[in-house]
Amino acid sequence: MLELERRKVPSRTMIWLAPVLAVLATMVVGGLVFSALGYDGFAAVRAIFIDPLITLRKWQDLGLKAAPLVMIATGLAIGFRANVWNIGAEGQYVVGGLAGTGVALATWEMTGWWILPLMCIAGALAGMAWAGIPALLRTRFNVNEILSSLMLTYVAVQLLYYMVNGPWKDPDGFNFPQTRIFTDAQMLPYLSGIGYLNVPLALVISLVVWFLMARTMLGFQIRVVGAAPMAARYGGFSQRRTIWLALLAGGGLAGLAGLFEAAGPFGQMVPAFPTGYGFTAIIVAFLGRLHPLGILAAGIILAVTYVGGEASQSSLGLPSAATGVFQSMMLFFLLAADVLVGWRLRLRRRVTE
Amino acid sequence: MTEAMAVSILMTVIGAATPLLLAALGELVAEKSGVLNLGIEGMMLVGAVTGFAVTSSTGMHLLGLLAAMAAAVGASMIFGVLTISLASNQVATGLALTIFGIGLSSMIGESFVGLTIAPLGPVFPAALAEDPLLRLVFGHSILVYVSLVMTAAVAWFLTRSRGGLILRAVGENDHSAHSIGYSVTTVRYAAVAFGGAMAGLAGCYYSMVQTPMWADELTAGRGWIALALVVFSAWRPWRLLAGAYLFGAVMTFELHAKAAGLNIVPPEFLAALPYLATILVLALISSRRSVGSAAPACLGQPFRPST
Repeated sequence: MLELERRKVPSRTMIWLAPVLAVLATMVVGGLVFSALGYDGFAAVRAIFIDPLITLRKWQDLGLKAAPLVMIATGLAIGFRANVWNIGAEGQYVVGGLAGTGVALATWEMTGWWILPLMCIAGALAGMAWAGIPALLRTRFNVNEILSSLMLTYVAVQLLYYMVNGPWKDPDGFNFPQTRIFTDAQMLPYLSGIGYLNVPLALVISLVVWFLMARTMLGFQIRVVGAAPMAARYGGFSQRRTIWLALLAGGGLAGLAGLFEAAGPFGQMVPAFPTGYGFTAIIVAFLGRLHPLGILAAGIILAVTYVGGEASQSSLGLPSAATGVFQSMMLFFLLAADVLVGWRLRLRRRVTE
Repeated sequence: MTEAMAVSILMTVIGAATPLLLAALGELVAEKSGVLNLGIEGMMLVGAVTGFAVTSSTGMHLLGLLAAMAAAVGASMIFGVLTISLASNQVATGLALTIFGIGLSSMIGESFVGLTIAPLGPVFPAALAEDPLLRLVFGHSILVYVSLVMTAAVAWFLTRSRGGLILRAVGENDHSAHSIGYSVTTVRYAAVAFGGAMAGLAGCYYSMVQTPMWADELTAGRGWIALALVVFSAWRPWRLLAGAYLFGAVMTFELHAKAAGLNIVPPEFLAALPYLATILVLALISSRRSVGSAAPACLGQPFRPST
C-alpha cells in the first residue's frame, strides 16, 4: 500500500511544485465534477483557466482583478508567516474604501494634487485602525484574532450600508443608496492599455514587501516568530510587537486596496462594494506560498479564474458561484499537495504481524 | 407587556438560539478531540441548501434533514482527510471549507431561488400548543428538541461515558492516547463527522424552519458566532446552551426593536450588534486566565505518530 515517509528535510522542489499540481488537479477534477453536474466541464475549465490568459484584450481585466488580490494577499501573508490569522481583510478593505470616500466627499468640487494622496493615506490608516482592533484585543485581552477580525467584517459592511443609506447618500441620486460620483481630482489616473494606476502600484508594493521580508531584520523577525516561537523569545523578539506589525501591515494594505477600488473601478461608494477580494486573497496568499513573488503569480491565476468565470457565465451558462467553487478547490488541492513537502509517497507492502 | 407578546418574543429567541446551539455542539465535540474546524459556516450552508433542495423535490422534510446531514458530513470529510490524514493546517483548511461551502451552496441553490417549501412545523399537534405558555413547551419544530436533547447527550457522553473519555484523551494528549492503543485518527474522524452532521442540521434550521426558501449565504455568518460560542462556553455543553440563548436574545433584538417602532438607532447598527456583542463577550471571557487552560491541549495540532 501507499505510505507516507517523512523526508529528512522539506523538499524545496515540492514547495513550488505543489501550487502547480494544485492548479492542474483543480482543472482535471473540476472538469470532471462540472461534467457530472451536467455542464460542459472541460469547456468550462478551458474558459475559466486558459482563455483569459491567451486572449490579449483580456489582460487589462486580469490586472484589474489581480491588483487588489495581490495587495491584500501580500499583507495577509506577512501575518500568516507569523502565525497571526487575520481573516477580516474584507472588512479592512471596506473601511479603507469608506475612509477614502469620506475624504472625497469632504473635498467635493475642490481640485488639487493633494486630494488623491490624502485619500490614500486615509484608506490605509482606516484599514490599519480596523485591523488594530483585533491586534489590541489579542495582545491585551487574549482574544483570538480569527474570530474578532471576521466579526469586524460584518460590522464594516453594516457601516457601509449605513453610510450610503444615510449621511453619504447622493443628494441628486434619486434616492439610490450610493454616494456622489468622484471627480477627476479624486480618481486614480487611468493609464491606457494598463488600467488604473493601482495595477503598477500593486506590482511595486509586492516587490517592496519582498525586499523587506527577505533582506531586513524586520522581515527576519516576523519569519522567526512564526516558524520558531520559542527561538524568537530567546532571541528577544517580542511576540506582541509581531502581532501588531502583522495586523497593521495586513490592514494597511487591505485598506489601501479598498481605496484604490473606490477611487478606480467603482468611482463612488455603493452597497456592492464588498466583492469578496478579502476572502479570495487568503487563497492567493496560500497558493503563492506566503511569498511576495509567489503571491504575484497566484494573484494572476485567481484573476484568470475571475475573468474566465465571468465570461463563461454568458458563453456556457455556468453559474456565477462556479468561480468560487473552482477557487476553493484550488486551495483544497494545494493543502493536500503540501503533504508532499514534508513527506514522500512510498509503495510498501504491509508486514503482517 | 402581555403574556402573548412575551411568549412570542421568547419563541423568536429560541428560534435564533437553536441553530447556534446545534452547530456549536458539533464544533465542541470536534474541538474536544483536538480538531479546530473553521468550516462550520460552509458545512451549514451545504446542509441548508441540501435540506431545502431535497425537501423541495420530494416534499418530505425528514428526508431533507437526513440528506442535509449526509451532505454536511460529506463536506466535513474533505476537511477530515486533509487535516487528519494529510496533517494540513487546520486554520487554512477550515477557511477553504467555508469558501467552498459558500460557492457550492450558491451553485446548487441557483435553480431553487424563488421557490418555497412548506416550513418544517411544530412536532406536537397544534391542539397541545393553543395556550401561549404551553406553546413555549410544545410549539417548536423537532430541531429545537433535538438541540436540547443533544446538549444533554453531549454533556453525558463527554463526562460519563468511556467513549467520551477516550475522545477527551485524544484531544488533551494525542501521543499518550496513541501509545496506549487508541486510534487518534478514528476518533478525530468521528468527531469531525459529528460536527458536520450537527452543522448540517443547523443549516436546515435557516432554510427549512426560519425562512423556508433559499438565498445565497443564508446563514449570514452565524457559523462563526457558533465558533465563538464554543470559546465562550469554555468547552462545556451546559454553558454552551446558556450562551446560545444569550446570543439568540441579542440577535432578535433588532427584530423586536423594529416591531416596537424603536427608531433611535439606525437598523444597520442593530444588525451589527450580534457581531459586536460576540467581540465584547470574547474579550471578557478570554482575558480570564482559566479559559486558556480550558481549551483542549492538542487543539489545532496535526497528529503524526512518531513511529
